[in-house]
Amino acid sequence: MNTAKEDERSEIEALLPWHAAGTLSQRDAQRVEAALASDAKLAEQYELVREELGETIYLNESLGAPSPRAMETLFAKIDAEPVRAPSFNLGARISGFFANLAPRTLAWSASAAAIAILLQAGLIAGFVLTRTGGPGYQTASAPANDVAAGTFAMIRFAPQASAADITKFLETNKLKIADGPSVGGLYRVRIAGTKLPKTEVGRVIKTLQLDPVVGLIVTIE
Amino acid sequence: MQTSSDEVLIGRIASGDRLAMQVLYARYHVRVYRFVLRLIGNQATAEDLISEVFLEVWRQAAKFEGRSSVSTWMLGIGRFKALSALRRRPEEELNEETAGAVEDQSDDPETTLAKKDKAAALRQALSRLSAEHREIIDLTYYHEKSVEEVAAIVGIPAATVKTRMFYARKKLSELLKAQGIDRGWP
Repeated sequence: MNTAKEDERSEIEALLPWHAAGTLSQRDAQRVEAALASDAKLAEQYELVREELGETIYLNESLGAPSPRAMETLFAKIDAEPVRAPSFNLGARISGFFANLAPRTLAWSASAAAIAILLQAGLIAGFVLTRTGGPGYQTASAPANDVAAGTFAMIRFAPQASAADITKFLETNKLKIADGPSVGGLYRVRIAGTKLPKTEVGRVIKTLQLDPVVGLIVTIE
Repeated sequence: MQTSSDEVLIGRIASGDRLAMQVLYARYHVRVYRFVLRLIGNQATAEDLISEVFLEVWRQAAKFEGRSSVSTWMLGIGRFKALSALRRRPEEELNEETAGAVEDQSDDPETTLAKKDKAAALRQALSRLSAEHREIIDLTYYHEKSVEEVAAIVGIPAATVKTRMFYARKKLSELLKAQGIDRGWP
């Protein structure tokens, strides 16, 4: 019984920052209000949260604003944007379409996110397959011996990453997509042409993990 | 009210309306700038990045589906660009500790005096948080984002948002304690 009460209290406690900011649903806000009315300790903690809220606003408001240069740069870039004419280059079209997924994949409902990942996954696959004849990364299917040996990892790209970001990331780190996408938008990538020792694999994974293009990366045997 | 009008603006931007872009910029550039600046800690770079963020909005407006609010979408783009910039120029940029200290000052006499003021000490502690903690605090308290919106921007589950907020607040208490202020929590 006590544990259930403690859990409930912890849950309410975790909501205090959002209650102070006024961003809770009506139902949650009522739960927090009821708890605050009957729990003096929680009410004390809520006062701390309100202090944090006030000072965070003060701190951010003291940061000033960007100079007019930022706006000038932006509109100069917008004016320099090419007219968006349809391209007949398949690779470029797929790449462009894929790049346009960025806001879509920012969808924040779980179902929308899942659909977006699937779309991204399909398009990466299409994009990669169209490039098997040229330089850069290739699928395991062609040529098979190119990616059959080496050290591999499973990777999922961040939903916000554009095609250009992913391409740059793969090229910079000399990675090759060997297979995918599988369930959850995971790809099998070759991280080295030879079998690396476990410690070295760990080091490489740790480095790659820091890149914002990477949503998730794990080693595989 | 603001949200639907934001969406109308995005629709106009998608059709190439430059004026709508100016309105959206006027509405959000300061908030996006401050969010990016708090992450990156360099004013010139933050200015460059907000141009990039809004250029991305211009390019992607036609694909915006309104599953999140426009501001949530833009903060997500801003965060991604800030992290990419930090990643590109680790040597040139300030390190994470320094980046957090946008408004931080060393312990000159004035600061020492300010430390006696709890509010000032709290602001100083807020500046000293890690980027990971800072963004949760800022998104929640300053940008008024719900748990779910913070999760969408940062790309982590809602439960992790709450946990990370707990640790950010715990760290604040520790930093204040180091300045001689015991908040009595946790």
